[in-house]
Amino acid sequence: MDVLYFAWVRERIGLPRETVEAGAATVRDLVAQLSAREERYQAAFADITALRVAVDQELADFDTPLIGAREVAFFPPMTGG
Amino acid sequence: MQEAPFDFGAEANEFAARQTGMGAVVTFAGIVRDLGGALDHMQIEHYPGMTEKALRSIAEDAHARWDLGGSLIIHRHGNLRPDDMIMMVAAASRHRKDAFEAAMFLMDYLKSRAPFWKKETTKGGADWVAARAEDEDALEIWQR
Repeated sequence: MDVLYFAWVRERIGLPRETVEAGAATVRDLVAQLSAREERYQAAFADITALRVAVDQELADFDTPLIGAREVAFFPPMTGG
Repeated sequence: MQEAPFDFGAEANEFAARQTGMGAVVTFAGIVRDLGGALDHMQIEHYPGMTEKALRSIAEDAHARWDLGGSLIIHRHGNLRPDDMIMMVAAASRHRKDAFEAAMFLMDYLKSRAPFWKKETTKGGADWVAARAEDEDALEIWQR
Protein backbone atom coordinates (compact mmCIF):
# COMPACT_ATOMS: atom_id res chain seq x y z
CA MET A 1 0.00 0.00 0.00
CA ASP A 2 1.29 3.46 -0.87
CA VAL A 3 1.20 6.10 1.86
CA LEU A 4 1.49 9.74 0.75
CA TYR A 5 2.19 12.86 2.78
CA PHE A 6 1.51 16.45 1.82
CA ALA A 7 2.37 19.96 3.05
CA TRP A 8 3.72 20.09 6.62
CA VAL A 9 3.03 16.39 7.16
CA ARG A 10 5.45 15.66 4.29
CA GLU A 11 8.01 18.06 5.74
CA ARG A 12 7.73 16.65 9.26
CA ILE A 13 8.05 13.03 8.15
CA GLY A 14 10.70 13.95 5.60
CA LEU A 15 9.39 12.11 2.55
CA PRO A 16 6.50 12.47 0.09
CA ARG A 17 5.51 8.81 -0.21
CA GLU A 18 6.47 5.33 0.84
CA THR A 19 5.24 1.77 0.55
CA VAL A 20 3.89 0.29 3.76
CA GLU A 21 3.19 -3.39 4.33
CA ALA A 22 -0.60 -3.82 4.33
CA GLY A 23 -2.11 -5.10 7.56
CA ALA A 24 -3.75 -2.14 9.27
CA ALA A 25 -7.52 -2.68 9.45
CA THR A 26 -8.42 1.02 9.57
CA VAL A 27 -6.76 4.40 9.03
CA ARG A 28 -6.50 4.74 12.81
CA ASP A 29 -4.57 1.44 12.98
CA LEU A 30 -2.23 2.62 10.23
CA VAL A 31 -1.57 5.83 12.18
CA ALA A 32 -0.73 3.77 15.29
CA GLN A 33 1.56 1.52 13.23
CA LEU A 34 3.42 4.50 11.71
CA SER A 35 3.59 6.48 14.98
CA ALA A 36 5.29 3.53 16.68
CA ARG A 37 8.15 3.64 14.15
CA GLU A 38 10.07 6.82 14.89
CA GLU A 39 9.77 10.17 16.60
CA ARG A 40 9.23 12.09 13.34
CA TYR A 41 6.11 9.99 12.65
CA GLN A 42 4.92 10.41 16.21
CA ALA A 43 5.37 14.19 15.85
CA ALA A 44 3.43 14.29 12.58
CA PHE A 45 0.55 12.21 13.97
CA ALA A 46 0.54 13.69 17.50
CA ASP A 47 -2.76 15.52 16.95
CA ILE A 48 -4.92 13.73 14.39
CA THR A 49 -7.64 16.37 14.73
CA ALA A 50 -5.22 18.62 12.78
CA LEU A 51 -5.02 16.06 9.97
CA ARG A 52 -7.19 14.97 7.09
CA VAL A 53 -6.99 11.67 5.27
CA ALA A 54 -7.85 10.32 1.83
CA VAL A 55 -8.19 6.64 0.96
CA ASP A 56 -7.75 5.85 -2.75
CA GLN A 57 -8.00 9.59 -3.48
CA GLU A 58 -11.36 10.08 -1.74
CA LEU A 59 -11.70 12.03 1.50
CA ALA A 60 -12.15 9.58 4.35
CA ASP A 61 -11.97 9.53 8.14
CA PHE A 62 -9.83 7.75 10.69
CA ASP A 63 -12.33 4.89 11.08
CA THR A 64 -12.36 4.11 7.34
CA PRO A 65 -11.44 0.46 6.72
CA LEU A 66 -8.30 -0.17 4.66
CA ILE A 67 -9.25 -3.57 3.25
CA GLY A 68 -8.30 -3.47 -0.41
CA ALA A 69 -7.02 0.13 -0.20
CA ARG A 70 -4.11 0.91 -2.52
CA GLU A 71 -3.31 4.48 -1.52
CA VAL A 72 -3.68 6.43 1.73
CA ALA A 73 -2.74 10.10 2.02
CA PHE A 74 -2.30 12.27 5.10
CA PHE A 75 -2.38 16.06 4.96
CA PRO A 76 -3.48 19.20 6.85
CA PRO A 77 -6.87 20.83 6.17
CA MET A 78 -6.94 22.00 2.57
CA THR A 79 -6.43 25.63 1.54
CA GLY A 80 -7.38 25.95 -2.12
CA GLY A 81 -8.86 28.87 -3.98
CA MET B 1 -4.78 22.08 -13.24
CA GLN B 2 -1.77 23.91 -14.57
CA GLU B 3 1.49 25.48 -13.46
CA ALA B 4 1.49 28.13 -16.21
CA PRO B 5 -0.32 31.46 -15.88
CA PHE B 6 -3.67 31.86 -17.61
CA ASP B 7 -5.33 34.81 -19.31
CA PHE B 8 -8.44 35.51 -17.26
CA GLY B 9 -10.10 37.71 -19.90
CA ALA B 10 -9.42 35.28 -22.74
CA GLU B 11 -10.61 32.28 -20.69
CA ALA B 12 -13.78 34.13 -19.65
CA ASN B 13 -14.51 35.16 -23.26
CA GLU B 14 -13.88 31.68 -24.65
CA PHE B 15 -16.07 30.17 -21.94
CA ALA B 16 -18.90 32.61 -22.71
CA ALA B 17 -18.54 31.96 -26.46
CA ARG B 18 -18.94 28.19 -25.94
CA GLN B 19 -22.38 28.68 -24.36
CA THR B 20 -25.66 28.69 -26.23
CA GLY B 21 -28.90 30.05 -24.85
CA MET B 22 -27.30 31.14 -21.59
CA GLY B 23 -28.35 34.55 -20.29
CA ALA B 24 -25.74 34.79 -17.52
CA VAL B 25 -22.04 34.08 -17.01
CA VAL B 26 -20.48 34.68 -13.59
CA THR B 27 -16.70 34.56 -13.19
CA PHE B 28 -14.43 34.77 -10.17
CA ALA B 29 -10.63 35.08 -10.01
CA GLY B 30 -8.48 34.40 -6.93
CA ILE B 31 -5.29 36.50 -6.70
CA VAL B 32 -2.19 36.19 -4.49
CA ARG B 33 -2.33 38.86 -1.73
CA ASP B 34 0.96 40.63 -1.02
CA LEU B 35 0.46 40.69 2.78
CA GLY B 36 1.17 44.42 2.93
CA GLY B 37 4.29 44.03 0.81
CA ALA B 38 5.78 41.27 3.01
CA LEU B 39 5.12 38.31 0.71
CA ASP B 40 7.97 37.10 -1.47
CA HIS B 41 6.16 34.13 -3.04
CA MET B 42 3.46 31.56 -2.47
CA GLN B 43 3.93 27.88 -3.17
CA ILE B 44 0.84 25.85 -4.02
CA GLU B 45 1.12 22.11 -3.50
CA HIS B 46 -1.55 19.67 -4.66
CA TYR B 47 -2.29 15.96 -4.82
CA PRO B 48 -2.02 14.96 -8.50
CA GLY B 49 -4.79 12.52 -9.36
CA MET B 50 -7.02 13.33 -6.41
CA THR B 51 -7.14 17.05 -7.29
CA GLU B 52 -8.64 16.40 -10.72
CA LYS B 53 -11.19 13.95 -9.25
CA ALA B 54 -12.17 16.36 -6.47
CA LEU B 55 -12.63 19.29 -8.88
CA ARG B 56 -14.69 17.15 -11.26
CA SER B 57 -16.87 15.93 -8.40
CA ILE B 58 -17.43 19.49 -7.10
CA ALA B 59 -18.40 20.63 -10.61
CA GLU B 60 -20.77 17.64 -10.99
CA ASP B 61 -22.43 18.55 -7.68
CA ALA B 62 -22.94 22.12 -8.94
CA HIS B 63 -24.48 20.85 -12.20
CA ALA B 64 -26.81 18.56 -10.26
CA ARG B 65 -27.96 21.43 -8.08
CA TRP B 66 -28.36 24.32 -10.50
CA ASP B 67 -29.52 24.67 -14.09
CA LEU B 68 -26.10 25.27 -15.67
CA GLY B 69 -25.08 25.36 -19.30
CA GLY B 70 -21.42 25.00 -18.38
CA SER B 71 -18.80 25.52 -15.70
CA LEU B 72 -15.05 26.06 -15.65
CA ILE B 73 -12.38 25.70 -12.97
CA ILE B 74 -8.74 26.63 -13.60
CA HIS B 75 -6.31 26.26 -10.68
CA ARG B 76 -2.56 26.78 -10.72
CA HIS B 77 0.11 25.07 -8.66
CA GLY B 78 3.80 25.77 -8.13
CA ASN B 79 5.39 29.09 -7.18
CA LEU B 80 3.33 32.26 -7.54
CA ARG B 81 4.17 35.90 -6.91
CA PRO B 82 2.03 38.64 -5.31
CA ASP B 83 -0.77 39.77 -7.65
CA ASP B 84 -0.53 36.58 -9.75
CA MET B 85 -3.82 34.91 -10.48
CA ILE B 86 -4.15 31.62 -8.61
CA MET B 87 -7.40 30.32 -9.99
CA MET B 88 -10.68 31.15 -11.64
CA VAL B 89 -14.16 29.70 -11.83
CA ALA B 90 -16.96 30.45 -14.27
CA ALA B 91 -20.57 29.34 -14.32
CA ALA B 92 -23.10 29.85 -17.10
CA SER B 93 -26.84 29.62 -16.71
CA ARG B 94 -30.04 30.87 -18.28
CA HIS B 95 -30.55 33.17 -15.27
CA ARG B 96 -28.15 35.10 -13.07
CA LYS B 97 -29.20 33.62 -9.72
CA ASP B 98 -28.13 30.09 -10.68
CA ALA B 99 -24.86 31.36 -12.17
CA PHE B 100 -23.99 33.44 -9.07
CA GLU B 101 -24.89 30.67 -6.63
CA ALA B 102 -23.07 27.97 -8.58
CA ALA B 103 -19.90 30.11 -8.83
CA MET B 104 -19.98 30.68 -5.08
CA PHE B 105 -20.58 26.98 -4.43
CA LEU B 106 -17.60 26.03 -6.64
CA MET B 107 -15.40 28.49 -4.73
CA ASP B 108 -16.59 27.41 -1.29
CA TYR B 109 -15.99 23.73 -2.02
CA LEU B 110 -12.68 24.04 -3.77
CA LYS B 111 -11.33 26.13 -0.88
CA SER B 112 -11.73 23.33 1.64
CA ARG B 113 -12.54 20.10 -0.23
CA ALA B 114 -9.96 20.04 -3.01
CA PRO B 115 -6.43 18.92 -2.06
CA PHE B 116 -4.45 22.16 -2.29
CA TRP B 117 -2.08 23.62 0.31
CA LYS B 118 -0.51 27.06 0.31
CA LYS B 119 2.84 27.99 1.77
CA GLU B 120 3.76 31.67 2.11
CA THR B 121 7.37 32.82 2.11
CA THR B 122 8.16 36.24 3.62
CA LYS B 123 11.42 37.78 4.86
CA GLY B 124 10.55 36.25 8.24
CA GLY B 125 10.46 32.70 6.87
CA ALA B 126 8.04 30.25 5.30
CA ASP B 127 4.77 28.99 6.76
CA TRP B 128 1.86 26.83 5.65
CA VAL B 129 -1.37 28.80 5.47
CA ALA B 130 -3.82 27.52 8.10
CA ALA B 131 -7.35 26.65 7.06
CA ARG B 132 -9.89 29.16 8.38
CA ALA B 133 -12.97 28.17 10.36
CA GLU B 134 -15.02 30.60 8.23
CA ASP B 135 -14.16 28.57 5.12
CA GLU B 136 -15.48 25.41 6.77
CA ASP B 137 -18.59 27.27 8.00
CA ALA B 138 -19.24 28.52 4.47
CA LEU B 139 -20.06 24.93 3.41
CA GLU B 140 -22.92 24.74 5.88
CA ILE B 141 -25.20 26.99 3.88
CA TRP B 142 -25.01 24.49 1.00
CA GLN B 143 -25.88 21.55 3.22
CA ARG B 144 -29.27 22.87 4.26
